[in-house]
Amino acid sequence: MSTNLDKPRLSRPHALELLKQMIRIRRFEDKCAELYTQEKIRGFMHLYDGEEAVAVGVIPVLMPRDRIVATYREHGHALVRGVPMTTVLAEMYGKQEGCSHGRGGSMHLFDRSTNFYGGNAIVGGGLPLSVGLALADHMRGNDAVTVCFFGDGAVAEGEFHESLNLAALWKLPVLFVCENNLYGMGTALAISESETDIERKAACYRIASEAVDGMDVVAIEAAARRAVHAVRETGAPYFLECRTYRLRAHSMFDAQLYRDKAEVEAWRHKEPIVRFQGWLEANHMIHPDELARIDAEIAAEVDAAVAFAEAGTWEPVEQLTRFTYAERAA
Amino acid sequence: MTATAQPGIIELTYRDAVREAIRDALRRDDRTFLMGEDVASYGGCYAVSKGLLAEFGPARIRDTPLSESGFTGAGIGAAMAGMRPIVELMTVNFSLLALDQILNTAATVRHMSGNQFGVPLVIRMATGAGRQLAAQHSHSLEGWYAHIPGIKVLAPATLADARGMLWTALQEPDPVLIFENVMLYNMTGQIAADAGPVDIDKAAVRRSGRDISLITYGGSLWKTMEAATMLAAEKIDAEVIDLRSLRPLDDATIMTSVTKTRRAVIVDEGWRSGSLAAEIGMRIVEQAFWELDAPIGRVCSEEVPIPYPSHLENAAIPQAPRIVAAAKAALGRS
Repeated sequence: MSTNLDKPRLSRPHALELLKQMIRIRRFEDKCAELYTQEKIRGFMHLYDGEEAVAVGVIPVLMPRDRIVATYREHGHALVRGVPMTTVLAEMYGKQEGCSHGRGGSMHLFDRSTNFYGGNAIVGGGLPLSVGLALADHMRGNDAVTVCFFGDGAVAEGEFHESLNLAALWKLPVLFVCENNLYGMGTALAISESETDIERKAACYRIASEAVDGMDVVAIEAAARRAVHAVRETGAPYFLECRTYRLRAHSMFDAQLYRDKAEVEAWRHKEPIVRFQGWLEANHMIHPDELARIDAEIAAEVDAAVAFAEAGTWEPVEQLTRFTYAERAA
Repeated sequence: MTATAQPGIIELTYRDAVREAIRDALRRDDRTFLMGEDVASYGGCYAVSKGLLAEFGPARIRDTPLSESGFTGAGIGAAMAGMRPIVELMTVNFSLLALDQILNTAATVRHMSGNQFGVPLVIRMATGAGRQLAAQHSHSLEGWYAHIPGIKVLAPATLADARGMLWTALQEPDPVLIFENVMLYNMTGQIAADAGPVDIDKAAVRRSGRDISLITYGGSLWKTMEAATMLAAEKIDAEVIDLRSLRPLDDATIMTSVTKTRRAVIVDEGWRSGSLAAEIGMRIVEQAFWELDAPIGRVCSEEVPIPYPSHLENAAIPQAPRIVAAAKAALGRS
């Protein structure tokens, strides 16, 4: 891993925080996988294993007033943004204490208090939404950036192209973050795209763009700082492609017939936590005691989240049709 | 729009009424803006927004690329972030390109987010046949939209409703779709100069009668009124219900009428199979079966894409003679 002047804030406490957030997502999702096999969590569940550096590198760069639109693989984004692990897990249980009142589940985490606009399970569906959020800020003169996360699969959707065009045409403050993990479900990028260099697509819309190693949390953070700064300064969109890899299956139903085990193994050596932790150790920036403390803190947080979700309550069936329309004051 | 000799009354077209409604909304609320294809420089495909660009400028009368899904989604996002946008989709056929955003986002966000986010957005579009625009510009799919929980669906048929429904719709915390029948844009009439917002949750009895309830909405209202006049000549006193809101449906007004007349014919420009007419008929069966003296009838579009030639187009959609025949059949008259 390189260091350069793009990474001026890599103080030791900050480095430890980056590591902790990545491990926090990983441990949380390891627990989720376990709970899934116990049938505590049902439906589709998509894990972020291997891609943690993207959310951890981008989201802490944002201000509280900024807005986030994410995909159905969004547990990590919600956690890093500050949605409590307790309410995230309760949501995945379908309990009414969940961050979406249990109505959404794993794919639809929402949180108004942190400007977290979901949890969108239509591939590409979040892009027009992010354009609209940014349009509102643009029209009202708000100094806010909307960050829209999406995968490489979304790039094939018309909504991707419509949204990039609109954002550039109307000069809207959107940071598009493509989490390119090389597969749209089980279809490799080369099977679905005539131009596999995704970052180049932004140029067609005259959007400033860069590609970054999506396994290098420090590089992502540096790129995100540049990107968010550019969006704030110019009010115009910016495109960041993070080249990453999904180490687990697409969802819990995926037998992974479309890729070799050797390929996955090779990426395991490049995965962001091993890599960053190794780098910190090699540079004597982390003490084993600190790692133990991080582990203990996260284990306690995960335990508390499980206890919270277990203790959560089922919404009465009598309330089934609530939240279809706004409820009027009696 | 022209002033007449009568004080306080103005003569205008349906198109003018919609334009006045938009102008009024833009003046009242600085969070409101209009966006859609050709709404600004061109003045709107049906000239609804003509002149508004000069009055309100390009930020609030916003031409969009041909990106129905993109700009409808942008309207949703802007609404979620505090604006009150009006999105114009050129026709209901084109709205299908935005159906993902309308159904999967606008209609679901409040529910999926556990009531944290709402989408106070109004989407207007033209619907209906009659202008020889053939099978990709002429359909009546408002009944499809009325199937979707999470949105409201309006069909203004009168000048007062064209003028008054928009502002009320913009006050709703949830998405509202407004369907404007293309054959109504040139309809001329008089309304009060100070006509303003109207309710959007009640059906209206447009003609009171004792013998049969003719239940309809939108462009078919005027054909149904014509049919009622023809029936009157044969001593049949028809009541005409204008649904106004297709979702939610005002069951109470329908059942009150059917309970009085004991017979019902539903007139709906949608295709017959799986139509809104089928839904209304079933509701009457569920709620007023024992009040009926005859089977419920319906007049819908024929099960064919709308054809180009005028004689075939006219034959494909409800017309007054077919409504008269259906009403007489329900009354056992030939």
